[in-house]
Amino acid sequence: MYNDEVNAADQAVNRIEVGGANTRPGMSKRKAKMIVRDLDFFYGANQALYNISLDIYQHHVLGLIGPSGCGKSTFLRTLNRMNDTIPGTRATGTIKLDGTDIYRDIDDVASLRTRVGMVFQKSNPFPKSIFENVAYGLRVNGVRDKQLIEESVEDTLKKAFLWDEVKDKLDQSAYMLSGGQQQRVCIARALAVQPEILLMDEPASALDPISTSKIEDLIGELKKHYTIVIVTHNMQQAARVADFTAFFFEGNMIEFGATKKIFTKPDIKKTEDYITGRFG
Amino acid sequence: MKRHNFKSKSKLLEWIGEKFIAINALAAVLAIFLIFIFIFKESIPLFTDSEIQEEVTVERMTFKQEWYEGRDAKYSWQPNSEVPKYSLMPLFVGTIKAALIAMLFAVPLGVGAAVYSAEFANRRMREFIKPVIEMLAGIPSVVLGFFSLIVLASFLQSTFGFVFRLNATNAGIALGVAVIPIVFTVAEDAMTTIPQSLRDAALALGATPWQVSLTVVLPAALPGIASGIVLGFGRAIGETMIVLMASGNAAIISGNFADSIRTISATIAAELAEVVFGGAHYSVLFFLGSLLFVFTFLINLGGDYILGRLKERYQGRTL
Amino acid sequence: MNTLTRAAADRTSEKVKKIVEARGTSGGHLPRTITLLAVAIIVAMLAVILGNVILGGYHIISWDFLSSPPENGMEEGGIFPAIFGTVALVLLMTIAVVPVGVMTALYLHEYTRPDSKMTRVIRMAINNLAGVPSIVFGLFGLGFFIGFVGHNMDNMFFSDQGPVWGQPAIIWASLTLAILTLPVVIIATEEALRSIPRELREASLALGATRLQTIRRVVLPQALPGILTGAILAVSRGAGEVAPIMFTGAAYYLPYLPEKLNDQFMELGYHIYVMATQSPDVEKTKPILYGTVLVLLVLTFLLNFTAILLRSRMRSRRVNV
Repeated sequence: MYNDEVNAADQAVNRIEVGGANTRPGMSKRKAKMIVRDLDFFYGANQALYNISLDIYQHHVLGLIGPSGCGKSTFLRTLNRMNDTIPGTRATGTIKLDGTDIYRDIDDVASLRTRVGMVFQKSNPFPKSIFENVAYGLRVNGVRDKQLIEESVEDTLKKAFLWDEVKDKLDQSAYMLSGGQQQRVCIARALAVQPEILLMDEPASALDPISTSKIEDLIGELKKHYTIVIVTHNMQQAARVADFTAFFFEGNMIEFGATKKIFTKPDIKKTEDYITGRFG
Repeated sequence: MKRHNFKSKSKLLEWIGEKFIAINALAAVLAIFLIFIFIFKESIPLFTDSEIQEEVTVERMTFKQEWYEGRDAKYSWQPNSEVPKYSLMPLFVGTIKAALIAMLFAVPLGVGAAVYSAEFANRRMREFIKPVIEMLAGIPSVVLGFFSLIVLASFLQSTFGFVFRLNATNAGIALGVAVIPIVFTVAEDAMTTIPQSLRDAALALGATPWQVSLTVVLPAALPGIASGIVLGFGRAIGETMIVLMASGNAAIISGNFADSIRTISATIAAELAEVVFGGAHYSVLFFLGSLLFVFTFLINLGGDYILGRLKERYQGRTL
Repeated sequence: MNTLTRAAADRTSEKVKKIVEARGTSGGHLPRTITLLAVAIIVAMLAVILGNVILGGYHIISWDFLSSPPENGMEEGGIFPAIFGTVALVLLMTIAVVPVGVMTALYLHEYTRPDSKMTRVIRMAINNLAGVPSIVFGLFGLGFFIGFVGHNMDNMFFSDQGPVWGQPAIIWASLTLAILTLPVVIIATEEALRSIPRELREASLALGATRLQTIRRVVLPQALPGILTGAILAVSRGAGEVAPIMFTGAAYYLPYLPEKLNDQFMELGYHIYVMATQSPDVEKTKPILYGTVLVLLVLTFLLNFTAILLRSRMRSRRVNV
């Protein structure tokens, strides 16, 4: 699914590479929704991320790949400050969302999370009905209008390719659904808040192949309205869904570029070793 | 290599050992069984012995009686007067009054403290609160009764101007102190077992930490909190020493919570020493004991039932 | 529910977006403050109770107080007999309850499957036992131990004398308390057994040991701290309960110490109860009353503290294994 958009970005990145700055793209024609510069991250005294810099382009999918423990999930969680919930963590550097530094310029971290949503690795619906799960984010952020809530729930469940399967049993407990369905409930739930960016942490790793491909189709649709960053340990999946890919290793970002390039002719040997399965 | 020649282990010994352990394990079952039998046994004469029934019957214990000719029918518990009166209503009312005050006092404090401990407190605070609650739980009820009798009663009387120094409120508050650790422990336990992944999901949707507590944790922990309250209520109903020492021990029916009361348990404790073995009063006290036993059994059963039904709402996942 | 058109869905999204963006920073310090208040009230209550008892009683505590008998109708003297009686009582109780409780826990954990009928019956019995009001235990002690066991013992062996065993006695009181504290021992022992890794048992069985040998040589020694914890908690509970012993053997004033199993005894908790409610001159006996309460409280807290210490050491050791 390499369409014109990706090819254009591809070329843009290539243009920069010709100039020599391989890991610091910045002059693409695509709008950078989020910009990360010189990000270091610490769990207490242990450094987990070293000097990460990359751009996240609007209406594109950025895939983060790398072996276990390389920091890709940690990095993902810095983008919506979910790491704040872990005591003793510290981040230095800059992360900007539409020009606003999310660590220094934002007081209310909850409002950040309404703009940057997250879907977790293991689906975690609330012990509530399907309807109430999807409506949760709306209620908690002040939406009171009953009809508005109902319409939103329907809309986002449709966007998550789940509406037809659950429209007759919205009052049932979400736990009665299959794993793949529960994950789509979680996606609908995240979408209901109207985020601009959706972070997905290995969303299909706990699912069967059919559910996985449903979710991958979903991502292809979603990027038309949202910007997506997806962590995956499955390289084929990254190749399938991501427009851009960043390869992480031991807390460093080794290479960043258009997916096609990363997977066919990467610049850095380590990337090539990982892609070809020599380790990890 | 020479093979060792082990002595054959005595299979008989093993069998005896296992049976011995098994028999001892049935001790708890035997105990409950015996308690049931012997409490009820001593109250049976109420239903069978005609001599006793001259003095008291279940019917007379339940309904208003015209104890003296010409006077109004009333509920009255005066087993030791010339005309022995055995209405159970004053005792029921007293028990409920004390338990009600205890729960009104213990539930907000116990649940509130549990919410703070589970949702707001950092580790140091939690490790401070835990021993505080355990110390509270470790205070023997006779000490709470003593404190209520000697200190609390005077304080309450001088602050609120109660007519009776020992009354339902006095005993109820001390009872509440005894119930708080039960409610706290069960409620806090229920809230801390809510998985972090649910909290994360809510936070990622833009909920503030308090919103997470209110809209995700508390509803999910409700079965546990409810069962803690039910257990606490069962304790409040059955508790003896506190009410015996601090409630005034007057078997009257009134809506005023500053009046003295008599509870079922205190009645048994106070009067058992003076009864004639096998007499009517004796049987009635054992009957009261049976009632108490059945009540607390049903309350605990009810608590388990509530737990089960509420958990059903969250089918498919055991939290 | 109406089905949405594309345009309607977009309008919905816009409306939601506006509302979500407009959410202010939620204050919400109120819940934290209120619940913290609850904690503060509880801490204050504990402090008041403990403080009152300590201040009221510490000045009378002395070696004399702890070692001499009461005099002059409880207005002077000490509480030694009550201490002695309490110790003797819980000692007998422990001898009765620990073996039975440990064996029950062993049976439940080592021999039966968790879903077997026997397990469920025993567990139901334990839960019920734990919920029985203490006065009902007192009634049981009176009706069963004294009225049935003791009475029949008298009929069989002492029919020519007055009651020997069919009367309040320290043995009956301690047996009553043993039944009351049975759940405490069982639960603590079970916790200890659960913390022993399966691999240890399997290693023993794989070497040809029988289940009984495994229990005796591997499981029990490992479980000892937990069993000890349970015993200490049971003792602490037993020392504090009054209702079960009121009619089964406790007495307010005895000129002698209990020497035989069918003697009556003085006891700290019972002493407090009677002194507080039936003293002819409350003011004169107040110092001794406070002293007795302080002694009982210190005893209870020391026991609980020891048990908690043991338990946390046991848990941290398990982590290292």
